[in-house]
Amino acid sequence: MSLIHKTAAELGAMIAAGEVSAEEVAAAHLDRIEETEPKIRAFLHVDREVTLAQARAVDARLRSGEKLGPLAGVPLAHKDIFVTKDMPTTAASKILEGWRPPYDATVTARLREAGLVFLGKTNLDEFAMGSSTENSAFGPTRNPWDLSRVPGGSSGGSSAAVAAYQAPLSTGTDTGGSIRQPAAVTGIVGMKPTYGGSSRYGLIAFASSLDTPGPFARTVLDAALLQEAFSGHDPLDSTSIDRPVPKVVEAARNPDVAGMRIGVVKEFDGEGYQPGVLNRFREAVKMLEALGAEIVEVSCPSFTVALPAYYLIAPSECSSNLARFDAMRYGLRVGDDGTRSAEEVMALTRAAGFGPEVKRRIMLGTYALSSGYYDAYYGQAQKVRTLIARDFEAAYQKVDVLISPTTPTTAFPIGERADDPMAMYLADLCTIPSNLAGNAAISVPCGLADEDNLPVGLQIMAPVLGDDRCYKVGAALEKAFEARWGGPLLKEAPAL
Amino acid sequence: MTTIMAYDEALDRFEPVLGLETHVELGTASKMFCGCKTTFGAPPNTQVCPTCLALPGALPVANEKAIESTIRIGLALNCSIAEWCRFARKNYFYPDMPKNYQISQYDEPLCYDGYLDLEVEGQTFRIGIERVHLEEDTGKSTHVGGATGRIHGADYSIVDYNRAGIPLVEIVTKPITGTDRLAPQVARAYVTELREIMRSLGVSDVRMEEGSLRCDVNVSLMPRGSSEWGTRTETKNVNSLRSVERAVRGEIERQAAILADGGKVVQETRHFHEDTGTTTSGRSKEEAQDYRYFPDPDLVPIAPDPAWVAKLKAELPELPSVRRKRLQAEWGVSDHDMESMHNAGAIELVEATIAAGAPAADARKWWMGELARRANESGVALANLPVTPADVARVTELVASGALNDKLARQVFEGVLAGEGTPDEVVAARGLEIVSDEGELLAIIDQVIADNADAAEKVRGGKVAAVGALVGGVMKASRGKADAARARELILEKLGVSG
Amino acid sequence: MSAITRDEVAHLARLSRMALTDEELDHFATQLDVIIGAVAKVSEVAAQDVPPSSHALPLTNVFRPDEVRQSLPPQQALSGAPAVEDDRFRVPRILGEEM
Ligand SMILES: [Mg+2]
Ligand SMILES: [Zn+2]
Repeated sequence: MSLIHKTAAELGAMIAAGEVSAEEVAAAHLDRIEETEPKIRAFLHVDREVTLAQARAVDARLRSGEKLGPLAGVPLAHKDIFVTKDMPTTAASKILEGWRPPYDATVTARLREAGLVFLGKTNLDEFAMGSSTENSAFGPTRNPWDLSRVPGGSSGGSSAAVAAYQAPLSTGTDTGGSIRQPAAVTGIVGMKPTYGGSSRYGLIAFASSLDTPGPFARTVLDAALLQEAFSGHDPLDSTSIDRPVPKVVEAARNPDVAGMRIGVVKEFDGEGYQPGVLNRFREAVKMLEALGAEIVEVSCPSFTVALPAYYLIAPSECSSNLARFDAMRYGLRVGDDGTRSAEEVMALTRAAGFGPEVKRRIMLGTYALSSGYYDAYYGQAQKVRTLIARDFEAAYQKVDVLISPTTPTTAFPIGERADDPMAMYLADLCTIPSNLAGNAAISVPCGLADEDNLPVGLQIMAPVLGDDRCYKVGAALEKAFEARWGGPLLKEAPAL
Repeated sequence: MTTIMAYDEALDRFEPVLGLETHVELGTASKMFCGCKTTFGAPPNTQVCPTCLALPGALPVANEKAIESTIRIGLALNCSIAEWCRFARKNYFYPDMPKNYQISQYDEPLCYDGYLDLEVEGQTFRIGIERVHLEEDTGKSTHVGGATGRIHGADYSIVDYNRAGIPLVEIVTKPITGTDRLAPQVARAYVTELREIMRSLGVSDVRMEEGSLRCDVNVSLMPRGSSEWGTRTETKNVNSLRSVERAVRGEIERQAAILADGGKVVQETRHFHEDTGTTTSGRSKEEAQDYRYFPDPDLVPIAPDPAWVAKLKAELPELPSVRRKRLQAEWGVSDHDMESMHNAGAIELVEATIAAGAPAADARKWWMGELARRANESGVALANLPVTPADVARVTELVASGALNDKLARQVFEGVLAGEGTPDEVVAARGLEIVSDEGELLAIIDQVIADNADAAEKVRGGKVAAVGALVGGVMKASRGKADAARARELILEKLGVSG
Repeated sequence: MSAITRDEVAHLARLSRMALTDEELDHFATQLDVIIGAVAKVSEVAAQDVPPSSHALPLTNVFRPDEVRQSLPPQQALSGAPAVEDDRFRVPRILGEEM
């Protein structure tokens, strides 16, 4: 089997044993990127020399006897929303085109420290606002399963890169489902850790109270290894949890659901769900039952208003977070002809530099926060947030984890929802409650939908700092499915 | 041209209502939400980082010392301390504010509902404190081009963000009524007292000239006999104690003229001009800003531990007003004298001089007399004169020992102020010590008697008053160094007359 | 009745400093009207006695000690600036309050 088809765990072990160098592994992936990128367009930035230099530096560290983690030398595709010192960072926005950050995000710095090698920066919906990666100012990324379809979003470049074997691992950020939904529609594993379990420092903010960095991988274990590599308390992020990280790798290595109580969320069913998605989900529930789990139906009534609450809270925060893109200190500046005022230049720059979805959300958030509307919109949405957290709390009194389809449909065609924001927003229906409550949640592949032969994801939700439960159940499902499929789901994907 | 009404007439017809908003830069080592230094006057943009430049991705973490200082200020102002409160974002675009929102506090200030008692011209005023909250300062713009260097007419601006993110405490009074004619003095006394409280707490160096204490003054008038408040104006950035007084007075005179003329005061921001002492209209409140405050999701709520607050309260230093009362009793001075010392900024100096060994009366006499006069002449604050309390104490010691008289002492101060050294060095260099060697003095006396035979004869003849001319001659001949009383005794002795 | 008028959208664009074209304003007015209509569903939930949550987790009192950390070297601080003069960020003339 070629290097690009190996798991991150395997590559890490081979590099540690000296069977292959980090440089060779990086080169193999760079070759794959070169070959497949014209079709996929997962990356916004690739610099072969910078990547190989990083790989050589890791090889040197290993040769000098430095003790590095299990992913040392393993290459990774980094979402272009984490700032990186040696690579430009744009958040897929024209307003930041060409910007070179003078600092590293905490996630970036920890990955470097752990010896991971950056293959490049991946595409996303501009400022992570979207569910299809079509909102990138630099063009859409395509789904390796069907190049006419979206890879999900906002972390669509990262999901596509892993699904297309361009990288064994990638990073994402999940604000309303931006890791789990793209993982589901590309047939890979994507995890949203507990909010505060992974640092937001240096992650370009979309909605601060929701944004969560997390891993993409082709296996549950790889995702756990990556999460462990960048997680943990960060004094530079006030919302970072100062407690030990859940033992996710150990959980991923011990797949077992016997005796577990697993709740099926009643509200995530029915209208708007593709039949093929529901079929695969129901089979997975039976499989869990067969593995010894006790299945319980759980009602979380407030989840039905999670989507509207999210589309008030996230835009409100974003309207303020994105105010800093003003043409004064960095980034694009438009219309500065010596006569226009700063105010005019700001307005022209922001009009030219932001895409339609970003503008839409900034205005929606400005509206929700403005005097006279605050209580009815932002204020009420915050109350809904409390109710959702209470629903989760009540549910976790009865069950260990909750499950649902990750997203109501499989990957949709590029352009289909581009002009219908409400239709686009429905992609995050099942993922949003975990963001609002700060809970952990993972998406694992559970088969192909009958209608279109496209991947379906199953979401496993766990309480705050219950990340290990997501991995334990996810790994059990993965093991059972692979036994049934005779290998990973991705082997069904068409060759590129 | 703004028409004004004479102050006395304005006060005959109207009663002023004041409100003061004071911003104090805290003297922490690092900024409010990042680790950058806060040194004043550093080269531009050398004290900035991703957080205070608002680079994409950077996050704030609150400075614990700033929180502690704010709570201490609140306690000193008799405030309640919030059990739980949050930072909020105040959203508006401005080039010197990197995030285009200011991290501040909105409906949940850290400290609220306190008061500060002031004594002005023998009357006590209780100033209600609405709130004390914590926020961050902005960067500093320099306006280039245009005639005046002011913002209007400038071609462009250049911005230094060293100041951006320095912790700023905002102290807001409740509406201040009942000051009557003393409104300007009360406003000034309030800011003066705040400044002293900040100093005694050690939370800020409160240098108004460096902008570490800035004041916004709200004024409205109501007709005498009415209890309905008028429309208020807010005068921004009043940056010296004298300006506080002038801004209040000027605004009363301006509003009174408008109201007396049947006009309406416009609710607006006005800008104080330090040079002319006048205000001009700024932004009208009609196009009121919508700041869209909301809790900052990047920062977690503050819930001060009650035990910690109690400890901070117990450890508060003696507050300036309490201290003044104690010192007044110790020194045995009148209310009036104490207030004069306070206004002249002499209390610490007198106290230190006493601590250095001088009697209270002498310490006060020199600081409030000769030294105050010289400070006034050269237009510097008393505290900034190049003379130390130790110097003053040494001079009083020399006078008490008889080595100097008051006239010589004044010459010693002249020398010290001119940079000629310590009092002892000045005495030595200028040869100012009283002539106590009687041989030398007797020789001078003999000479003076010989030169003034007429006067000497009169004295011998019983006209003792004529001795004054001889004593004057001795003083002149000794260039003031003789002890005049001893010279008189010796002259009378020599002339065979008993004094 | 529509939830939001075109004038309100123009006001929002001004508040958020975006010089939108008339065409954009029309387009956004239509879309925001639909979205606001949909998100207004939050008001259907009775939540009088429910405390609002501004944060995902109930953390409090996260502070840093008052310690100085290394600032950026000035050339790095200014490296992304569209215009620089005298080690300062050069910006177009500022209309507004005289300070
Ligand atoms: Mg303020
Ligand atoms: Zn800083």
